[in-house]
Amino acid sequence: MTSLTGGLAAAPAPARRVIYRHSALVRATHWINALCFLILLMSGLQIFNAHPALYWGKASSFDKPFLALTAEERDDGAVKGVTTLFGKSFATTGLFGASRDDAGEIAERGFPAWATIPSYQDLATGRRWHFFFAWILVLNGLVYVANLLVRRRLTREFLPSAREVRSIPHSIWEHARLHFPKGDDALHYNVLQKLAYLSVIIAFPILILAGLTMSPGIDSGFPWLLSLFGGRQSARAIHFILASYLFFFFFVHIVMVLISGVLNNMRSMITGRYAIEENSHEA
Amino acid sequence: MRRDIGWSRRQILSRAIAAGAAIGLAACGRLSQASDSRSVLEAAESLTRTVQRALIGPSDALAPEYSEADISKVFKPNGSTEPDDPEYQKSREDGFASWRLIVDGLVEKPQRLTLTDLRALPSRTQITRHDCVEGWSCIGKWTGAPLGRILGLAGLKPEARYIVFHCADTLEETLDGTGRYYESIDLVDAFHPQTILAYDMNGGTLPIEHGAPLRLRVERQLGYKMAKYVMRVEAVDNFSSLGRGRGGFWEDRGYEWYAGI
Repeated sequence: MTSLTGGLAAAPAPARRVIYRHSALVRATHWINALCFLILLMSGLQIFNAHPALYWGKASSFDKPFLALTAEERDDGAVKGVTTLFGKSFATTGLFGASRDDAGEIAERGFPAWATIPSYQDLATGRRWHFFFAWILVLNGLVYVANLLVRRRLTREFLPSAREVRSIPHSIWEHARLHFPKGDDALHYNVLQKLAYLSVIIAFPILILAGLTMSPGIDSGFPWLLSLFGGRQSARAIHFILASYLFFFFFVHIVMVLISGVLNNMRSMITGRYAIEENSHEA
Repeated sequence: MRRDIGWSRRQILSRAIAAGAAIGLAACGRLSQASDSRSVLEAAESLTRTVQRALIGPSDALAPEYSEADISKVFKPNGSTEPDDPEYQKSREDGFASWRLIVDGLVEKPQRLTLTDLRALPSRTQITRHDCVEGWSCIGKWTGAPLGRILGLAGLKPEARYIVFHCADTLEETLDGTGRYYESIDLVDAFHPQTILAYDMNGGTLPIEHGAPLRLRVERQLGYKMAKYVMRVEAVDNFSSLGRGRGGFWEDRGYEWYAGI
């Protein structure tokens, strides 16, 4: 770690200062959330695999799902995976619809074994993982949100100002060139970070509510949830779409962590300490 | 020199993350099979039941009911659709005229009810959504006798805590007979106004594939709770001696007893 801070400051490289970026509560809830999210995603795909099709509305119209991962057996006995989205079919053998099972054979399967918990087809166990870690995610999320609200962090850290919103095109251009903010600009999140994190803070509660709307028990006490999401099958679709969005966020997040100084980023989320490179004119 | 250290750290870190992920994934598979960790995961079920029942509020909060226009054109039958058990086949031959619903266990006055007896009881008709644990839903219209009425005829003994439904169908061939379908619910659900033993579906006699002559509807839980081909209703104080002791055919195979989610 010294090589990044004190050591480098003496060298002719740009000057750095180390700030305390993430509180212990944020660091702990971040990692608990990351673990829960991955387990929920993978056990969720296991649950999805029990009926790999999505519908819109109150009930399932089996002849017209808007998304279906199916398998077809060819005349020569080969199994082919087919993904059908809004009536258009795509060959997706190996990934969606049909993929290699534990014996190495291509078999009918919505999402592949490596993407599900457990890897083999087992809805009952997938549900056990899903609902256990859903509780941890919810409790952990409540702690995080309480901290956001009590410390008024939502407006201070995540809501972009009008000036920042106008700077979005510029910020996208800077990111595309892999130019990341330095100096005082790096003391807070840039507008793209703010919007990305804000979208996650908003997506999680909606995703959880959509999940609860799939519960026949919850529906008896909170029938307005069905109106909110347009029916149980719509809620299931929205749950899946938001989970896909969070996976997209997760992927971009990992890429950004890797290319914008992985050790510094990892350290800031483990110890809280984050090194900021000063602007060259300041150095 | 510093650069070298930096790179090796980066490599160490990325390898550590990759190794951690691999160990984690392998562990998930193995943990799923170990009984200790399984029971940790299963602890979520009673938390879900307690919190969900508290959130729902009144124990007679109704599951949403739908209109005639919402009834599914195709209602997917699941589980057994054509039981080949000899006893069932025999009663099917005479149109279930000799079929009797047995109500016994921890009751004051055990009953043997014909379909005519059941149809003579006050009935309830409801258009409700059937949610399969697999994820799909179908909407159907059900008419039947409220289970609470039938239990009222028999008179529950104070020690009765659960109502068990013994079914005619064998869903899995086993040597010890634990492949016979059965289910159980607690008294909160047993006396819920929408909990009925249905003999009609969508305005006609309940079809064989949907559980003729009688099936259970427990509208605030998932489809596997709603036993088809019900032959006997038994009041018990625990279900440890039934099947493999977990309160139902699918429960014995790892699914939640409380299927409210």
